[in-house]
Amino acid sequence: MAQIKVDGQLVEVPDYYTLMQAAEAAGAEIPRFCYHERLSVAGNCRMCLVEVKGGPPKPQASCAMSVKDLRPGPNGEPPEMFTNTPMVKKAREGVMEFLLVNHPLDCPICDQGGECDLQDQAMAYGVDKSRFFENKRAVEDKYIGPLVKTSMNRCIHCTRCVRFTTEVAGISEMGLLGRGEDAEITTYLEKALSSEMQGNVIDLCPVGALTSKPYAFNARPWELNKTESIDVMDAVGSAIRVDSRGREVMRIMPRVNEAINEEWISDKTRFIWDGLKNQRLDRPYVRKGGKLQAATWDEALAAVASRIKKAGNKVGAIAGDLAAVEEMYALKGLLASVGSGMTDVRPAMSGIDPSMPRSAYLFNPTIAGIEDADAILIIGANPRREAAIINARIRKTWRAKNVPVAVIGERADLTYNYDYLGEGFESLADLAAGNGSFAEILSKAERPLIIVGEAAVSHAALGKQVGRDVIALAAKLANGANVADGWNGFAMLHNAASRVGGLDIGFVPHDGGVCSADQIALAGKGELDVLFLLGADEYDMTAMGKAFVVYIGSHGDNGAHRADVILPAATYTEKSGTYVNTEGRVQQTARAVFPPGDAKEDWAIIRALSGAIGQPLPYNSLGQLRSALYAEFPHLARVDEVEPGDSAALSTYASAAVMTRSAPFGSAVADFYLSNPIARASAVMGECAALAAGLRQAAE
Amino acid sequence: MLADKDRIFTNLYGQHDWRLEGARSRGAWVGTKEFIDSGRDWITNEVKGSGLRGRGGAGFPTGLKWSFMPKVSDGRPHYLLVNADESEPGTCKDREILRHDPHHLIEGCLLASRAMDAHLAFIYVRGEFMRERQRLEEAVQEAYDAKLIGKDNVHGWDLDIIVHHGAGAYICGEETALMESLEGKKGQPRLKPPFPAGMGVYGNPTTVNNVESIAVVPEILRRSGAWFNSIGRPNNVGTKLFMVSGHVNKPATFEEALGESFKDIIEKHCGGVRGGWDNLLAVIPGGASCPVVRGEDMMDAIMDFDGLREKKSSFGTGGMIIMDKSTDIIRAIWRIAAFFKHESCGQCTPCREGTGWMMRVMERMVEGRAQKREIDMLFSVTKQIEGHTICALGDAAAWPIQGLIRNFRDVIEARIDQYTWSSTSDGAVPSIAAE
Repeated sequence: MAQIKVDGQLVEVPDYYTLMQAAEAAGAEIPRFCYHERLSVAGNCRMCLVEVKGGPPKPQASCAMSVKDLRPGPNGEPPEMFTNTPMVKKAREGVMEFLLVNHPLDCPICDQGGECDLQDQAMAYGVDKSRFFENKRAVEDKYIGPLVKTSMNRCIHCTRCVRFTTEVAGISEMGLLGRGEDAEITTYLEKALSSEMQGNVIDLCPVGALTSKPYAFNARPWELNKTESIDVMDAVGSAIRVDSRGREVMRIMPRVNEAINEEWISDKTRFIWDGLKNQRLDRPYVRKGGKLQAATWDEALAAVASRIKKAGNKVGAIAGDLAAVEEMYALKGLLASVGSGMTDVRPAMSGIDPSMPRSAYLFNPTIAGIEDADAILIIGANPRREAAIINARIRKTWRAKNVPVAVIGERADLTYNYDYLGEGFESLADLAAGNGSFAEILSKAERPLIIVGEAAVSHAALGKQVGRDVIALAAKLANGANVADGWNGFAMLHNAASRVGGLDIGFVPHDGGVCSADQIALAGKGELDVLFLLGADEYDMTAMGKAFVVYIGSHGDNGAHRADVILPAATYTEKSGTYVNTEGRVQQTARAVFPPGDAKEDWAIIRALSGAIGQPLPYNSLGQLRSALYAEFPHLARVDEVEPGDSAALSTYASAAVMTRSAPFGSAVADFYLSNPIARASAVMGECAALAAGLRQAAE
Repeated sequence: MLADKDRIFTNLYGQHDWRLEGARSRGAWVGTKEFIDSGRDWITNEVKGSGLRGRGGAGFPTGLKWSFMPKVSDGRPHYLLVNADESEPGTCKDREILRHDPHHLIEGCLLASRAMDAHLAFIYVRGEFMRERQRLEEAVQEAYDAKLIGKDNVHGWDLDIIVHHGAGAYICGEETALMESLEGKKGQPRLKPPFPAGMGVYGNPTTVNNVESIAVVPEILRRSGAWFNSIGRPNNVGTKLFMVSGHVNKPATFEEALGESFKDIIEKHCGGVRGGWDNLLAVIPGGASCPVVRGEDMMDAIMDFDGLREKKSSFGTGGMIIMDKSTDIIRAIWRIAAFFKHESCGQCTPCREGTGWMMRVMERMVEGRAQKREIDMLFSVTKQIEGHTICALGDAAAWPIQGLIRNFRDVIEARIDQYTWSSTSDGAVPSIAAE
């Protein structure tokens, strides 16, 4: 600890603190542009200059100078810094003036207006008139992809975007070219950025130089309703803020959640919102004479009810990637009332067994816990595509500690270096047998992190046992000899927001039910009469034979095309739904807007249907549903908390006796931009996917 | 005036053999092993005792700088980095050392490396110095071949020398930008602290010295620090390479003692000012970044660090630019402003935006197309740049203009008046050039 006087007020702070942090500890405000607490210090905007006593006589950049860089006074008095002296005021006014001399006067047509650091700080620290009568600098706008719009006249060269892309996103595609007045931020070749986190530069840019291209000229920040919610594009559950106007979602922004996404979100999370308006199912449909025809709710519900009554217990249900816990719970209750246990939330032939302990399907070390890991093994996953935020956290750990990383499965550019151990099961079995240098690293590790992807545990062609063996081997690797107490390094990386929630409430085959692949097979053979698809679009729709398919979902995607009845439902921005992320953290979305047309919230549709078949579910409101849900599964009531899995149960599951076979692991997400029905309805995501495909082709 | 026997650079004009044999015949590499054997502290103390101040412009005591290097290595290697990125307009001394006396520099590298426990020295040569770099490389190779440097050399102190060729940017002469450039990054100055002696090239303790500072060390050790200290006046001792360009009869680079009067130096080495002393308008005494001084103020100036501080300018590198009364002083300073605008690295806001602003105002003032109140505004802009940037380029860009306004305000005002008077009643102004 070190003592320092800030504007005469004595504070005690750790000696590695910067002067800016010390000032904040003392409650003194310091303006800044280039400084960002999650990026390296550049010290180039010069807005944070302060006066110091015990250091150089000229103003010092408070973001870059540490408290320990200052010397105490002659009689041992603590060093002093000042944030409100004439010297500081003059320096700030000077820097502000320099920033503005070449900044265009286009605030009225700038999308940053209203949330612009430059505007705000010019009001607070600038002078009220201009002394600059020369021509302003003109800079050509750059094309850097379909997501980020540039207006380079406005750039103040803080280099936050350059530092973000190189440090956090791990791509070296942005830089400052040229020097002096002629310096320009550019991607060198005017090509699109290849990062799936590039949208964050929009938030980082303190001015309107980098703005959102899809959102351009759509709204002003002060006319938007801001709803704090969570994201469901992957199993990470990033904290987001949904900005809406009237019935429309206008944009999606990140919120800070240190435990999950810090303050970044992936591009899919951020730019999905145009998909919320396209391809929407806004009224019920019933197939008549082979064609889907619009119907009223009463007609549609009656059509479904009559088929269910005839079907007896030959009813199945598959939940898709975006389903919330509430609707799965209601659907499970509906099926139970007709005596069916055929529910599933897993992809085809998943090795995750309903009898497994919860710790066998959770990301046990937690996302923040990645930073504690001292060895990382990734099995059958491409975290960059499946969970970009988790990939960024791995990269952060790798950068900070140079932690050894190894990959079994797809050989992809993950933005960090890794040992490539092989493409499939044999390599994993070999590693678990203790062969190779990485086995040694793992066995010495106190906090090994074993990330198991969905592609490693779900083998549609090879059956469920492969996935179970993978889990057993991974559990064995996570239980090395030197593992620290309280550390469970087994980390299942799911790629769908619904997965863990569904597993938690037992939306898996029970009471004689069968799994999703078998349900479809039964339907194909005519042995399953009614099949519910709860937003499930990722299955083979041609294999369902003559089964009566009821699609409850929001978008006209694969499932809706096959459906015999479509019951239009709400998306995650239109309902309050509980989701459990891959760590086992319970979170809730919030309603920002209402569903379009006649669409209803999913749980309410299922409740109405239960009434139509004469077996009403015992709740009439979301609150009542939740009371029932929480009574059965108490941990779901603890929102924002992680309910840890039982580590001991997992260690007994670890077994060494597995059959070696050839089974390559790919990645469960083939195309980052098109992984769910909302994304497939988004024109922006489509453009990104086409661009990414072009880039891949060019690379090959 | 400096006696011939006290000269350090005896082949400044390249009349003799620059190679190892020639350098040896002029006294280089004599007794080097003895100095090495005397140890680190002895060398540092001798250099401290000599009163040598850095010859790159800032004048920081060299021996003191060396003593900042860690006394005991924490496992990291120490580096010596020689700054041969001589780019200051008006300065052309290091190139003479590189091409005519390279062995002075190489021997100095060995001795300085001993004084800071370094086994690797980098010499960063300015991009435009193609021939100089070739010659230096040849000389380094000669020294390797003769086992004067390198592993297991005759002196018993291993030293490798890497000659690095820059790409020609003024800012890379700033010590931290130099290190960035050497590491293969963009030449932009680093934040200090940490200082190079703690974290320099590749994060290791590094001392950056000017070519001349290193090249004079062997002679200082051979003839003793006391000898060097006896030349000049207290706090400003030793010999120094001076460069005189501009309106003198014989522009030249020469070695002279510090503490001589400006007038004597110009008379002795340059044959006086073109058109006589009455024709002297202004002097920039130490390279383009030093404030300009009026000619009449320079008449009694003493050419050393303190002498020029009294004139509110600075000694800089010792590169004097002499301007007679045929000079358009506003245009001359505008040209310097244009230089700094072109060479600003673009990192810090005040320098990036301010250098261009100042240049454009100066551009108008050259014509007289300005308001008199803009003179004060320009001065305040220079004050807003000065001291607000990471490196000293912002200061260097501000000083020449401050010097101009301080000393030649009357000229600027007269130019503005002239422009205004020549305007017609409807405000149109015929071109000045048409007169």
